[in-house]
Amino acid sequence: MALFEARNVTKQYGSQLALDNVSISVPEQSIYGLLGPNGAGKTTLIRIINQITGPDSGELFLNGKKLMPDDVQFIGYLPEERGLYKKMKVGEQALYFAQLKGLSKAEAMRRLKYWFKKLDIVDWWGKRVEELSKGMAQKVQFVTTVLHEPKLLIFDEPFTGFDPVNTNTVKKEILFLRERGATVIFSTHNMESVEELCDNITLINKAKTILEGRVDEIRRQWAGNEFEVAFEGDVQIGSNGLYNVMGQKKDNGKSIIRVKAVTDASPNDILQHVLPSGNIVSFNPALPSMNEIFIRVVEAKN
Amino acid sequence: MNKISVIIKREYITRVRKKSFIIMTILAPLLMAAIIILPTALMMNQKGDFKKIAVIEDNSDLFRGIIKNTKDAEFVYLENTKVDDLKKTFEKAGYYGILYISPDLVNIPDAVQLISKKQPPIGLLEHIESSLEKEIERQKLQAYNIQNLDEIMKNINTNVNVQTKKIDETGAVTGTSTGIAMALAYILGFLMYMLVFIFGSQVMRGVIEEKTSRVVEVIISSVKPVQLMMGKIVGIALVGLTQFLIWIILTMGTVTVLKTTILKKTDITEISQNMPQNLMSAGQQTSATAQPSSISPELAEFSKMFDNAMSQPWGLIIICFVFYFITGYLLYASVFAAIGSAVDNETETQQFMLPVTIPIIVALMVAMGTMQNPESSLSFWCSLIPLTSPIVMMARIPFGVPYWQIAVSMILMIVTFLVFVWGAAKVYRTGILMYGKKSSWKEIWKWLRYAG
Repeated sequence: MALFEARNVTKQYGSQLALDNVSISVPEQSIYGLLGPNGAGKTTLIRIINQITGPDSGELFLNGKKLMPDDVQFIGYLPEERGLYKKMKVGEQALYFAQLKGLSKAEAMRRLKYWFKKLDIVDWWGKRVEELSKGMAQKVQFVTTVLHEPKLLIFDEPFTGFDPVNTNTVKKEILFLRERGATVIFSTHNMESVEELCDNITLINKAKTILEGRVDEIRRQWAGNEFEVAFEGDVQIGSNGLYNVMGQKKDNGKSIIRVKAVTDASPNDILQHVLPSGNIVSFNPALPSMNEIFIRVVEAKN
Repeated sequence: MNKISVIIKREYITRVRKKSFIIMTILAPLLMAAIIILPTALMMNQKGDFKKIAVIEDNSDLFRGIIKNTKDAEFVYLENTKVDDLKKTFEKAGYYGILYISPDLVNIPDAVQLISKKQPPIGLLEHIESSLEKEIERQKLQAYNIQNLDEIMKNINTNVNVQTKKIDETGAVTGTSTGIAMALAYILGFLMYMLVFIFGSQVMRGVIEEKTSRVVEVIISSVKPVQLMMGKIVGIALVGLTQFLIWIILTMGTVTVLKTTILKKTDITEISQNMPQNLMSAGQQTSATAQPSSISPELAEFSKMFDNAMSQPWGLIIICFVFYFITGYLLYASVFAAIGSAVDNETETQQFMLPVTIPIIVALMVAMGTMQNPESSLSFWCSLIPLTSPIVMMARIPFGVPYWQIAVSMILMIVTFLVFVWGAAKVYRTGILMYGKKSSWKEIWKWLRYAG
């Protein structure tokens, strides 16, 4: 069942259409990716979900019920432009935001201690935000976003500004939060993280939805006619009338060969042809990366 | 409601904890006290600056012993000394200067010179002039051969001091002082101007800070924009009231200390000797020294002024001040908040600030005029019109304002500030999330009319 749903949302700023009839449906306890080039309308949609602005038309549902102003307590929002008071101390600020979300001071304190320990930022409690690096400030803001344990978490570009170690930490935390029952919507340009994290995506371009669905299904749909064959040991094959060899690599005592079928060749034909070359461990359609799909879809539309 | 109080608390605490706030709060009343105390202290300090002055007359002794010694100056009458000789040596002889009196002085007012290396103080000159004037008057009168002249002079010597009394509807009379009322009008009007402007623009800066640092987006996802705006405005108002309260307490403390230490303990004769220029005639001075317990006129005047200051309607003044501060501040602060929300940075505020500043400046100028002429129709209307009334009404109150005028002014004020807060909230809600768009009055007008 969908925890959150947006139906036919349209929003116009002056003469510019920011969202044109966009619908998304986010299953409970899933991670949902909002993709799209810069200026496509992702942030507008996120702001509408957060009720920062209202849509011109369309409806929003949380848990099957119409989204109400009081529902903000069930939503945690990490905006793209990180916003913290520069002159305020980290701990005080985190407490402030927690209280604005309706937590009591004592409860907020208890949870903050847990999270600060978990993300290894306890030492920054008494520091001013202006003393922190961008990545540090972002960690603090991540904590303030998830602290009130919202059912729906919305991250706008959560990984920008993080080094690889911290990116990994945050990824792990997002997966952990889903384990614990949260539903996550996040927008990103980082396609690798989409493959790693997202169950579903919607790709928005120029205010319209141009691609949506489960990540694995989309990748299979876009697989085209490339296959990956893995042999035991050292095996080499060459191109012929059925397929062209696109690449070969060795991995852990296996040879992985990527081939592209020539127009009419079916997977069966290819499999039969490579069978004599060695002991086949696996034969799979080669899935395109989300990066490739993104570029192809967007460029096709433009 | 609970969330607003969280916002108010943050706005209040982060500001009150700032060093600049603490310094301003403590320093301002001390500075005021210093302004009051300094002249007195300077007066007391002149003791060390003692001057010996040689008095020389050309071939006569008309003015011998006429100029009495004061605390600061001794007048030594030299006979058989030539001015030109002494001119070269007076400094070595320990004289501050030479007072050279020509016998023609009786007829020619300019025929007296004070020769010195430095510019002599005005008090010394006034003492010399008044002493000589009195003597010449006496000598001229003597020429009429009136009997018992000295006796008559003593009797006719008068000193006029208009006592202003205010009478109210019940017939109760209180002493007043126009000087005190003017000073109070000035201070109240100016204080109101400063507070409204300083704290109003603090609101604006706070809004811009939240907008540029994008904090606002996080907060708006938790509370309504209007809650954030009102929380900020109220929080800063409380900062202002706190400062005002501390100022009142510190000033009252300083005044009490002043009253007990300076007015009661100072040696009265010392003060009277310190102000030679206003002293009574030579004849009366002897009687004054004969009764050392009598209070000098300056001190009497000072203590009367003090009583007059205390008899001002302080209750009304404080109530009105708090009322006009709160409403005037809410009115302007909400406009400032709307402006802050409409711009991307502080430099862009200029074009919006001017039309907002003009009524405040006009109010301040009218308030200054009110001190000269509290009954003028300009003052009257400006004390009713809500944009100017907080400043102008405060300037009028020390001179006495009918209660119905205060009531009308207050009602107009309340209505107007409600309208302004409502409008500002609408502009704020839209503006706070607008980035990169060059805002103009036309744009703001559009935001104001947005539905919902």
